[in-house]
Amino acid sequence: MKNIQNIGLSLFLIGLAIFTSLIFLGKYQLSSEVFESIVSNKGIKSELFINDIKNNVIDQEFSGPFSFSTKITSALESANEAHKKNEEWDKVIWDKPHSFSYEIAKYAGKGSIKENKGFYWWLTFGLGIIGALLFIIPNVIILGPPGIKNNGIYHHKAMNRGWIGWFAFIFLVSFYLLLYFRPDYIVNWTYTVDPISESLNGNLASQWFLYGFLYCTVMTVMAIRMYIKYRHNKYQVLRTTSVLFFQIVFAFLIPEILVRFEKPWYDFKNAFPLDYDFFYSWNLDELIASGGLGLFILIWGIVLTLVIVPVMVYFFGKRWYCSWVCGCGGLAETLGDPYRQLSDKTLKSWKLERWVVHGVLVFALIMTGFTLYAYFSESQYVIGINTQSIQDIYGFLIGAIFAGVIGTGFYPIFGNRVWCRFGCPLAAYLGIVQRFKSRFRITTNGGQCISCGNCSTYCEQGIDVRAYAQKGENIVRASCVGCGICSAVCPRGVLKLENGPELGRINPTEILLGNDVDLMDLLNKK
Amino acid sequence: MEHIVIIGNGISGVTAARHIRKLSDKKITIVSAETDYFFSRTALMYVYMGHMKFEHTQPYENWFWKKNRIDLKKAYVRDIDVASKTLHFEEGENLRYDKLIIATGSKPNKFGWPGQDLDGVMGMYHKQDLDNLEKYAPNNNVCKRAVVVGGGLIGIELVEMLHSRHIPVTFLVREDSFWNGILPKEESAMINKEILSNNIDLRLGANLKEIKADENGKVKSIIIAETGEEISCDVVGLTAGVSPNIDFIKNSSIETGRGVKVNPFLETNIKDVYAIGDCAEQREGIDQRRPIEAVWYTGRMMGETVAQTICDNRKAYQPGPWFNSAKFIDIEYQTYGWVWAQKKDNEARFYWEHEGGKKCIHLNYDKNTREFLGINNFGIRMRHEFFDKVLNLKQSVDYVLEHLADANFDPEFYKLHEKEIVTKFNQENNTNIQLKKKSWKRIFQTS
Repeated sequence: MKNIQNIGLSLFLIGLAIFTSLIFLGKYQLSSEVFESIVSNKGIKSELFINDIKNNVIDQEFSGPFSFSTKITSALESANEAHKKNEEWDKVIWDKPHSFSYEIAKYAGKGSIKENKGFYWWLTFGLGIIGALLFIIPNVIILGPPGIKNNGIYHHKAMNRGWIGWFAFIFLVSFYLLLYFRPDYIVNWTYTVDPISESLNGNLASQWFLYGFLYCTVMTVMAIRMYIKYRHNKYQVLRTTSVLFFQIVFAFLIPEILVRFEKPWYDFKNAFPLDYDFFYSWNLDELIASGGLGLFILIWGIVLTLVIVPVMVYFFGKRWYCSWVCGCGGLAETLGDPYRQLSDKTLKSWKLERWVVHGVLVFALIMTGFTLYAYFSESQYVIGINTQSIQDIYGFLIGAIFAGVIGTGFYPIFGNRVWCRFGCPLAAYLGIVQRFKSRFRITTNGGQCISCGNCSTYCEQGIDVRAYAQKGENIVRASCVGCGICSAVCPRGVLKLENGPELGRINPTEILLGNDVDLMDLLNKK
Repeated sequence: MEHIVIIGNGISGVTAARHIRKLSDKKITIVSAETDYFFSRTALMYVYMGHMKFEHTQPYENWFWKKNRIDLKKAYVRDIDVASKTLHFEEGENLRYDKLIIATGSKPNKFGWPGQDLDGVMGMYHKQDLDNLEKYAPNNNVCKRAVVVGGGLIGIELVEMLHSRHIPVTFLVREDSFWNGILPKEESAMINKEILSNNIDLRLGANLKEIKADENGKVKSIIIAETGEEISCDVVGLTAGVSPNIDFIKNSSIETGRGVKVNPFLETNIKDVYAIGDCAEQREGIDQRRPIEAVWYTGRMMGETVAQTICDNRKAYQPGPWFNSAKFIDIEYQTYGWVWAQKKDNEARFYWEHEGGKKCIHLNYDKNTREFLGINNFGIRMRHEFFDKVLNLKQSVDYVLEHLADANFDPEFYKLHEKEIVTKFNQENNTNIQLKKKSWKRIFQTS
């Protein structure tokens, strides 16, 4: 069994190494026909840029994405600079330089990877998936009989901030930086999923298609790990199936198929304000222009946030969304599960969490308020502030850096729910409902707690569960996503996630159950 | 300001300190030689197993003590001078108290076995035992085999710990079935199977004769008394029960038996000196409890109670219905009320076991009055509040079975066995008990 695991690990690492090396490989050559079609498609009017490219790029061979990208982006930037100086606003190219460079590079790439997309898919994704499964599946036997098997987690270099953890951290952060800010460097990765993209939506793969596909793949593989690890626990099995279903069907297949039928890309479960650009003017315009379906999406999106989300939180707690439906939660509960114990449990971090997560919610609401005001008043500026720049700041700081780079990149260091705990405005909103108006709680089983600390240690949201359990008090916290792991790891059967009557949901106690009845009455009822 | 000194920073002492602080402004000092801060002793096993780090076993952050004005003193108490109300520390200092709470817990039993103090021989009780185990049994290269002596709760925990690091374990249990002084034979048999299914070398009815040393004074092997068999090993765990940790009191005028003798108010024979937790010995057992209760929960309850007495609300220790819990490798165990290993004359029993052999419940009730007396549940979680109420109100076994769905505390979506259980009971007893549907109203008493 150990040998199978070692073979699996080797295959996985080979796949990962090939995947990484693809960034540095490949040749780029832009022909004048291709360039002209791009120019006319995008309606580029900058003769400075066109000439620059014609003189310095066309028909030259570049041996890697970096030099190619530099040429394109510097041509674009210097052209824009000149046009802006001359106030030739119609000639300015407003695309983000590296996104623009990506579009050109996607066509300009040539060589083995582009010609053998399927083969390279197998070398990267294929080896990675097979290797990971060979590593994971033997755990059915290696872990021993079903039950909580957290043996050795704190001795492991991956799961206790050892060098493997730090390596994973660097890898994930780099991945997200490339994905968000340097898509033109990862054109080769997108080639490998072109065939899949074409079969789904009819287009070549963008970096976002690549991300969506990778996301589903990683979740599926790591969900198998969850199924094995928690095979004795039906709550975990069902929950894992649910997040996997919503990710693959709602966040990936349906939106891609919508695109195939020339409808807007839309994830029906992604609720505002997590879906922060829902009210952006381009989205509203696109939805309104898309006929009946667009209008349905518009109404659905509003009803989802204003009615469905809070009503469901009232009945089931925010878990129905955060750990049964949400894509961010889904990745956290699968890829992130090995890191859940790394969340900070101190009172300090709880205080920080409340400021930051509610701050993001306020930021999102203000940003959206400006956006809507600007949309209906048809002016770019609201009280002298450019709504576009607020949107850009939000998109950069929250949408990209917080949700992506920190949210997932920091899994191996700060645990798997950094985004959900500190950053997600939807989680903040759900949390307020959960704390003040919900039937959900984690019931503490009378006086049975032995303060061992497994619950707190494995709480991904950094809740000091034990602090409540050892007082015989139910856990009612805004941040609890109801993953159910505290209940699973408890060795004494103390914790149970329940939806019950609101009355008595919050039950502070002085004396725990099991002691003198008179004393409990005296102190607990005063 | 009155100075309350507590010897021992375990669950009993710390609970007492916390409640005294809630009730008063008295000066509080906790003295301990074991660790700087309170930790959960029951969680030590998880540190060795790699589930947690040692700091995770500390229920309160380090700022907690200063914020709540509870002084912590790391020192070893050599003796107590009750006349001058002074503690003398091994380190040479003294500490005056106005009221003293002795909460020094237990220490592992050693029965004078030859070789019991060799290197590589240890209990599993103190933080120091954990450090020792880490030293002598870091992995299965250093420790080729370990022998654990004593078939109780700590014994099986130590077995599970060693097993988690793939160290082969021989488990010597004096009884002919695991923990059968406490568990009825069915449950005991189930745990025997659980131990064996984890490839533990379980030796029932086996006593330790002696521990042999190598040339360096380290464990080399053990000899089994009954068979004379020699088993070579690198570590020996002695887990044959615990007894009160009160040697330092023996020379004082505080009355001791096996533990520090206390009356129901947890007062010793000396004014202003109290004893709580594992080290306290009631002159007579309360209800059907033992005079010495070495259990986490009872320690905590005594702490809650003595705090009242010290803060001028003199209260007797009157615990409610008995409850306890444990985990035997992968099988969780809870108990409410009394299910003795041997049935008493007035008792009737009902046992149900799941076909998988990892879940069971055992009910005990009075065969004449049908009063429900207790339950053992293995692999199924039950609601403490439900059984506490049932036992206080002296409900019948029929009531318990009817409301078994209310009692269940398993996570959502777990397979429930209540129907099967009630059907079996009806068949065996010619009754017609109907299982009621789970009711939040009854569970949370909102109506």
